[in-house]
Amino acid sequence: MADPTLFDISQRGKRCTRMPAPEKGAEELIPAQHLRAQAPGLPEVSEPEIARHYATLAAQNFNVDGHFYPLGSCTMKYNPKVNEALAADPGWARLHPATPEEHVQGALRLMHQLEAWLCAILGMDAVSLQPPAGAAGEFTSLRVFRAWHDSQGNTQRTRVIVPDTAHGTNPASVARCGWTVTVLESGDDGRVSPEALADALDDDVAALMLTNPNTLGLFEAQVLQIAEMVHDAGALMYCDGANMNALLGHGRPGEMGFDAVQVNLHKTFSTPHGGGGPGSGPIGVTAELEPFLPVPRLVEQDGRLAWDWDRPESIGKVQSWFGNFLVAVRAWAYIRACGADGLAQVARDAVLAANYIRASLEDVYDLPYPGACMHECVLSARTIAEETGVRAADIAKRLLDHGIHPPTMYFPLIVDEALMIEPAETETKAALDRFIEVMREIAREAAADPEILHDAPHSTPVRRVDEVKAARNPILRWQGR
Amino acid sequence: MEFPEDRRYTETHEWAKVEDDLVRVGITSFAAEQLGDVIYLDLPEAGTSVRQGEPFGEIESVKAVSDLISPVSGEVREVNEPLMDDLDTVSEDPWEAGWMIVVAPDDPSQLEALMDAASYAEHCEEEA
Repeated sequence: MADPTLFDISQRGKRCTRMPAPEKGAEELIPAQHLRAQAPGLPEVSEPEIARHYATLAAQNFNVDGHFYPLGSCTMKYNPKVNEALAADPGWARLHPATPEEHVQGALRLMHQLEAWLCAILGMDAVSLQPPAGAAGEFTSLRVFRAWHDSQGNTQRTRVIVPDTAHGTNPASVARCGWTVTVLESGDDGRVSPEALADALDDDVAALMLTNPNTLGLFEAQVLQIAEMVHDAGALMYCDGANMNALLGHGRPGEMGFDAVQVNLHKTFSTPHGGGGPGSGPIGVTAELEPFLPVPRLVEQDGRLAWDWDRPESIGKVQSWFGNFLVAVRAWAYIRACGADGLAQVARDAVLAANYIRASLEDVYDLPYPGACMHECVLSARTIAEETGVRAADIAKRLLDHGIHPPTMYFPLIVDEALMIEPAETETKAALDRFIEVMREIAREAAADPEILHDAPHSTPVRRVDEVKAARNPILRWQGR
Repeated sequence: MEFPEDRRYTETHEWAKVEDDLVRVGITSFAAEQLGDVIYLDLPEAGTSVRQGEPFGEIESVKAVSDLISPVSGEVREVNEPLMDDLDTVSEDPWEAGWMIVVAPDDPSQLEALMDAASYAEHCEEEA
């Protein structure tokens, strides 16, 4: 059973801190129309009770510091603690964003350097750090595309081509931009087929959104031909850079013909991101698109950095202030610590780890798209499901009993019973071997005793949850006693 | 795989059944099985215009959100309102009680371009 809430343990009159009583009552201090009719139903508990309550919950939290976390497409790498120490420095952490430029040259320098480094890593001409997450980077880039098309008089271009392996955020960003989506079916090799693309391209197409490597963990090897086709048709190339961990130091979206790319700093450049943020999704664009980037732009004059708001073609602001600055601090520290060689090693190790897992499991699980993968591999439990009734979700839940976070399930949508595994570069060979042994053990269990898997997990504080009931009848707040 | 002979089928797994001047629309048992447990269904209101090949609603399962694609152009005459609160019926009885909308078609001959039961069975074998 779940732990009691603070409301459950509340006892009337308990307090953390005893404040001196005010000289006058609330009735005298607060205008009558702002007074509550009755006291708010806040929990009344002592400080040790609060501390233990949250410490107990925190200890149950599944986290990358405690467990292997191969959640595909999420790049749950270990986040170096030095990044946290730097980001927590009061010089950064307490800096008010409205502080005059002349007093924050250090912070502006960090952002300026990070922009330059990301330009070098992505092969782009200009970077904006403003978008606060990956999907925000997609949306910002599409708005930049739209502004560019408008400037060219291409107002009839309102359609965006998105492969069926894309992250769900891609079509959502297109819709938010006021455009429509054409879904492109992947070829038999799990990649974009130039023939299918040729059929989809027309003079109403604004852009192609391509994830490279794609969500099957496969490199889109024909990207140069694809870019040429898209550009010849008068459209632009967008790279979903969520999988940049596989390319660091080896391939640059700018050289693949992309006009814009977002990079998820919180994933590739290591910020804890299992809790939903804050993230950071800077975008890199070509020189031709630079005038349309969000305001303000960071500019250097005579060795001094300043914000330039005078950008008549800019799409405007997409986030308050200057983006999520402390994530930029962590990314700066990570890039500085790794250096160019270190980043290339990150990609090599991430790709090696994924291929080691793939090669060690492809005799037990289906591998719908055979051959080497990049930073993640997509296995399928389809044969196991047909033979034993055990499905991908059961396998995922069983992993929790072994202290391993489940892979991403049922994505990409074109793979039945998908298990999308991204180990990242920070696991030891021993950790990978243990995962492989556990996955093989689970496959044996599926044949011998499927009920164990249907009922899993057995050892977690909360057992199997009813996802269907939770989705149909969500209870989103405490219901009271 | 076998499917009812009294209706036509789309590649996106909707069925269309002619009933006098009207066309009743739902999703196939193959689609329902692929989706798994349905957690949300959004259907249009009566009076809405729908177009062949374009979405008329949305269905969400624990696995994914999918568009419901209209097999025919016309005006929605009837909507299975109770279905939106009785989502198990979508998977338990997709051919009868799980129907979604009834359309007054602009051009009933549009249905001739859709698959019959045998071709649809082949289509499913290919996808499976």
